[in-house]
Amino acid sequence: MRMGEAMQPLSEAELSEAIRDAGGPLVVRGGGTRPIGRPVAGAALSVTGISGIRLYEPGALTLVAAAGTPVAEVEAELAGAGQRLPFEPMNHRGILGTEGAPTLGGMVAANASGPRRVQAGACRDSLIGVRFVDGTGAVVKNGGRVMKNVTGYDLVKLMAGSWGTLGVLSEVAFKLLPRPETEATLVLDGLDDARAVAAMSAALGSPFEVTGAAHLPDGRTVLRQEGFTASVAYRAGALAEHLAAFGTPRRLEADDSTALWAGVRDVAAFHGATGDVWRVSVKPSDAPGLVARARGKALYDWGGGLVWLLLPEGIDLRNQLGQFSGHATLIRASTQTRARIPTFHPEADAIAALSAGLRRRFDPRGILNPGLME
Amino acid sequence: MDMPKPDAAVLARRDRIVAGLLDILPVDAVIHDPTETRAYECDALTAYRCPPLAAVLPATTDDVAAILRLCHAEGVKVVPRGAGTSLAGGALPTEDSIILGVARMRDVLEVDYPNRFIRVQTGMTNLAVTGAVENDGFFYAPDPSSQLACAIAGNIAMNSGGAHCLKYGVTTNNLLGVTMVLMDGSVVELGGAHMDAGGLDLLGVVCGSEGQLGVVTEATLRILPRPEGARPVLIGYDSNEVAGECVSDIIKAGVLPVAIEFMDRPCIRATEAFAKAGYPDCEALLIIEVEGSDEEIDAQMALISAIARKHNPVELRESRSTDESARIWLGRKSAFGAMGQINDYMCLDGTIPVSSLPHVLRRISEMSKDYGLDVANVFHAGDGNMHPLILFDANKPGDLELCEAFGADILKLCVEVGGCLTGEHGVGVEKRDLMHVQYAPADMEAQLRVKDVFDPKWLLNPAKVFPLDATESRRVA
Repeated sequence: MRMGEAMQPLSEAELSEAIRDAGGPLVVRGGGTRPIGRPVAGAALSVTGISGIRLYEPGALTLVAAAGTPVAEVEAELAGAGQRLPFEPMNHRGILGTEGAPTLGGMVAANASGPRRVQAGACRDSLIGVRFVDGTGAVVKNGGRVMKNVTGYDLVKLMAGSWGTLGVLSEVAFKLLPRPETEATLVLDGLDDARAVAAMSAALGSPFEVTGAAHLPDGRTVLRQEGFTASVAYRAGALAEHLAAFGTPRRLEADDSTALWAGVRDVAAFHGATGDVWRVSVKPSDAPGLVARARGKALYDWGGGLVWLLLPEGIDLRNQLGQFSGHATLIRASTQTRARIPTFHPEADAIAALSAGLRRRFDPRGILNPGLME
Repeated sequence: MDMPKPDAAVLARRDRIVAGLLDILPVDAVIHDPTETRAYECDALTAYRCPPLAAVLPATTDDVAAILRLCHAEGVKVVPRGAGTSLAGGALPTEDSIILGVARMRDVLEVDYPNRFIRVQTGMTNLAVTGAVENDGFFYAPDPSSQLACAIAGNIAMNSGGAHCLKYGVTTNNLLGVTMVLMDGSVVELGGAHMDAGGLDLLGVVCGSEGQLGVVTEATLRILPRPEGARPVLIGYDSNEVAGECVSDIIKAGVLPVAIEFMDRPCIRATEAFAKAGYPDCEALLIIEVEGSDEEIDAQMALISAIARKHNPVELRESRSTDESARIWLGRKSAFGAMGQINDYMCLDGTIPVSSLPHVLRRISEMSKDYGLDVANVFHAGDGNMHPLILFDANKPGDLELCEAFGADILKLCVEVGGCLTGEHGVGVEKRDLMHVQYAPADMEAQLRVKDVFDPKWLLNPAKVFPLDATESRRVA
């Protein structure tokens, strides 16, 4: 175990020891690039010392790696074999102004998913196995390295997006996808928000395999297709025809398309801008109405199912939105605002009781990122 | 197989409990006559049977809540039941339990094409969900082979898969939300028409929890636009190893078929005798299906065939038409029926890493000789989900036990090579006592804690999933 600014166990066994012997709250972190949630006071525990790819079988589309492994290292390794993580994980450094290298464990703890979520599923959908240390120091495994596994309860899903409050991940396993030969993006200009969502719904409801559908603050509505070159050429033509009622799209080819979607993924439109950043998950057709009520700058991803909002500092978006089906998460705000406005959407009482019950049982001493999700 | 001793106090209060149920439901929705409760004594795992104390068939979420409130107060165990097609005994009653069947809850509640979801009551069958949207060009992706009969409730309980999960995922990847009644009668909404959880992903842990955390009465399911077309290619090899290499090479080449099915020689011969699909008599047969426009399918097939030819197939047949596709699928789809013609059989469901395929098939064939029982293999090769079918004679004393021992050995082998006990059928009672093969005590304990939170009195779907000795202290508490 390395000791310094943060405790840094170098193995799962050391991680287990560190948690078992902890005398008080722990602030769990990977690369430290996603300081999201109610600020937690405690001793820093870094997982970056538990690192490395444990198994990669391209022919089986599976990868197993230690939780502290940098996402970039994994992505480079996969790219070398023409594969990738299906869910296009977002990099939060730009939006949060952080530095460091995002890790697999942090990515899973945040269930970080990008534009392809709308077609290929979220991080939690590709996650097929975990090992973690719970709040008592016990090492737990769930799932494994195979894509189909219904043996016992699915704690894999429960760990994704639990922000280190149920256990500290030590190892994660993913199902992968082939990296496509090429991609292209159709761009429609000048649609208002409601028309843009309608166009995205029409595109996602077509058989032409749209893998990204976003409406940007500059008014562009963008639709991505990926696959073999001939296939993408055919589908782009078919999709343009299918969307004729919404205008005649322009087309961005390979590299331009890739750059555009990296910006959508990381919400580049809001980088460096003053104000709070909210992330709203919603039924797509409800999104334009919510955006009108929020009165902020908006980026629609996931065909409208995910809305990024830039609002003046300190405003409680949830008060402005009122009741809606979905949830709003405060991603970026001052420490004072984050202490005052809950980061995560308040849950119905019965749900909150179940979540609290799970936390109590996985972390009976309440030492793992206590209060972060409350 | 052991089951816990029935709760004598509950059995003694039988009449009062039935009267309470009759206060909630119409008379035809409470089945308590011993000749009639027999209809619920088992599911598709017919080797184990036990009539329940009663069976109830509610029509609404409110009914379900009232039933569970009553059972919670009376300390009565409840076994939720979808269509009763579980091969794992997931809906096997105990003498002191009531069966809560969702068969009368079959309504479509909402269809929303712009937002691509359908909301249904969970008694609806899997195929009926697709049926409700297919005229508008949509479908519901998970397609377990029992899809004509199996209910969405059971699909959610077992996190069912199907042949097309390589591309579309399993139930959990296509489930957006549920209305669920907890054992104390409270109704919770998890998820909805939006994507992903705002807090902990409770929906993720409910899916696949085998009816032990709550009774799911309504579900919001993702629907997808139907592809323009789909066609299979059939490829035969004279060795399992080579067929396995071919699958791996296709995946490495960047093609993502929607389905890769694998049959071995015993299975090919049995289905040929039964369905006469014109399959070659070879060691290993692959059926690989791709989707898209006609031109896209042709292009993908050309790529697949080029890879397949490098491995010297004994036969390679690309479908060019709907008729040819149907012929290629005919044998695969009749595989289970064909085996049933030969003998009784037990269908296993372990998953293995695809790379272990040749090794596992070789070991199964060796074990088959040791046990003196024939086995045929048919499975989803793209995701490693195996379905060995062990043939036995139910009328021959000792044969079932022998078959179960053989099955257990195969599942242990699956775990040993890095796989799992069950890929899509669930644990139920069938694999309950093998859980310790896959999970250490701490792994199991973490799962039991989830049960403690959702169902503190341990009344829902008793004696399933976990070995009885691992749960005893909780069940009696």
